[in-house]
Amino acid sequence: MSSETDPTGPRPSLHRTWTLTTLKEQGIRVLLFGCALVSVATTFGIIGILIWETGLFFSQVSLGAFLGDTVWAPQSIDDPHFGIWPLACGTFLVAGVAGLIGLPMGLLAALYLSEYASERSRSILKPILEVLAGIPSIVFGYFGLVFVTPYVLQPIFMDGLGIDVGPFNVLSAGIVVGIMIIPTISSLSEDVLRSVPQGLREAGLALGSTKFDVSVRIILPAALSGIIAAFLLALSRAIGETMAVTIAAGSQPDLTLNVFRPVETMTAYIVLISLGEAAEGSIEKRSLYVVAMSLFLITLAMNIVARFILRRYRNVYQ
Amino acid sequence: MMDSVITTDPHLARRHRWGTLFEWVCKLATWACLLILAIMIVGIVINGRQHLNWSFLTSFDSVNHPEQAGIKAGIWGTFWLILLMACFSIPVGIGAAVYLEEYARPNRLTRLIQLNILNLAGVPSIVYGILGMTVFGHMFGLFGNAPPREAVWALPFGQKVLTGAFTLSLLILPVVIISTQEALRTVPASLRHSSLALGATQWQTIRFQVLPAAMPGILTGIILAVSRAVGESAPLIMVGALSYVHQTPGNISSVTDFFTNPHGIIEAPFDVFTAMPLIIYNWASQSDPIYQSLAAAGIVVLLAVLLLMNTAAVVIRQRFQNWIRW
Repeated sequence: MSSETDPTGPRPSLHRTWTLTTLKEQGIRVLLFGCALVSVATTFGIIGILIWETGLFFSQVSLGAFLGDTVWAPQSIDDPHFGIWPLACGTFLVAGVAGLIGLPMGLLAALYLSEYASERSRSILKPILEVLAGIPSIVFGYFGLVFVTPYVLQPIFMDGLGIDVGPFNVLSAGIVVGIMIIPTISSLSEDVLRSVPQGLREAGLALGSTKFDVSVRIILPAALSGIIAAFLLALSRAIGETMAVTIAAGSQPDLTLNVFRPVETMTAYIVLISLGEAAEGSIEKRSLYVVAMSLFLITLAMNIVARFILRRYRNVYQ
Repeated sequence: MMDSVITTDPHLARRHRWGTLFEWVCKLATWACLLILAIMIVGIVINGRQHLNWSFLTSFDSVNHPEQAGIKAGIWGTFWLILLMACFSIPVGIGAAVYLEEYARPNRLTRLIQLNILNLAGVPSIVYGILGMTVFGHMFGLFGNAPPREAVWALPFGQKVLTGAFTLSLLILPVVIISTQEALRTVPASLRHSSLALGATQWQTIRFQVLPAAMPGILTGIILAVSRAVGESAPLIMVGALSYVHQTPGNISSVTDFFTNPHGIIEAPFDVFTAMPLIIYNWASQSDPIYQSLAAAGIVVLLAVLLLMNTAAVVIRQRFQNWIRW
């Protein structure tokens, strides 16, 4: 009997020994964890900076003046006003028009892709929507300013109906942002529609429903919560949209509901202030953080609600 | 037989008509997207055609002679931005995704990080601009005011290429992480198990089995994320990129300059910069028609770059798909 086969002889320890390899493994693990923490640090950075500067802003301007005033004129030297409503109104007006264009178009496209389209049409249409999603927002802004306003809106409303339409207006910005959010809505909604069990479709058809009845009366209600989530995500994109509205909607912080007039959105205000030379620590510069904070909170709330609805929806059909 | 079915329900014909009508409405709405895309691209090309020539790519912006203006500073600015951004965001993004997919236990902290990444992906880009301006541009004012633009290796970075690159990195990081995670999830667990069973450590398994297998998916996701950054302008305006620049970062303005002017490579990250979308924005916001057509020509160049990147993504996806079979 040789010692190698002796079962009572020395055996490799089952405990972990610290060799160079295990040390390296641990090192890599820690390093990768560090990478994951960068995203957490980003969030803390954003929230920390916004809270800090917002605090400094509200030490100079009261919350009542921020939420109660209806004039936004932070640059004015003798009579500054800090009412957020003109900017909020501009933002929601553009997002509203974008929603009126983008939501139905996106939903119809999703219905077509999931219920009607042949494999061949899908293979053409899906990449087209992806291309549309990849076009930078500055291109849409240019399109709104140089094509939509002079060639679509002004002939229809100014020459046709006698309504004054300026070069910058809410409608053109809303239309191009609406086009921008079509791919978001259609791809998210299509995923949701496709995850409705096939059995529901077959049951409806077996009971004598037409395809229209199945799509609109069975599939759509079944997928409703997921579609609402898609709408929310798309609208939050429209609210955070910057360059397209900065170019097409103008820079006039008016409290108006007239879609033919120029407005200033929150995002456009931030861009225009940063283009100018606002001194560090001035109230003008701080107002930028407050507007960004409002924007951040609005979009974050919409995103969280949408994710919550989507998660609930996924649980229903699993 | 058919006749008897239809006559038993007088509404059926009408319901079918409604159905056909609705199908056509859906079809129209979808194909309208193609129409809009076509109108947009054709219109922009027509608007910018007079400037689409070689000198547009090789000359700087010009106030006195707008007819000779070009986008050279923007092309090189975007090049450096994207290069530096990729150096930072690709390793960190893949690292974070590998940690979350391969190492992290499904506990509270992991769920929190995951949720956090999803929410970051929905934060408007302009908010990232504010973050970049405050953290990289001013460094919270810890090191005093921004140094003069001649100063190399100075803190805070100020309005330099590096500030823009770091800001864009944070912007695309969530997208890179999410798409890498999706790619890692498509790698079957059996591959990991067999590698571990053969005695490979966890990192060896990831490095030599999982990452190569997931590479096509990872690369596609990264290219799409990077192409998003190419068209991004709002955060760059926030961090103080200029729209009117008469030089390229590090004075490198051709491929040969990399060899004749190696010092410029070190200087470039600390130089002032502009980017293609910013020049386009600057032109688009002037009312003179010549600037409108310059902007259109700039957009054509920008879209051409994006098209090139997207084609690369498609080619990579199809090439690698044939390599790997489970």
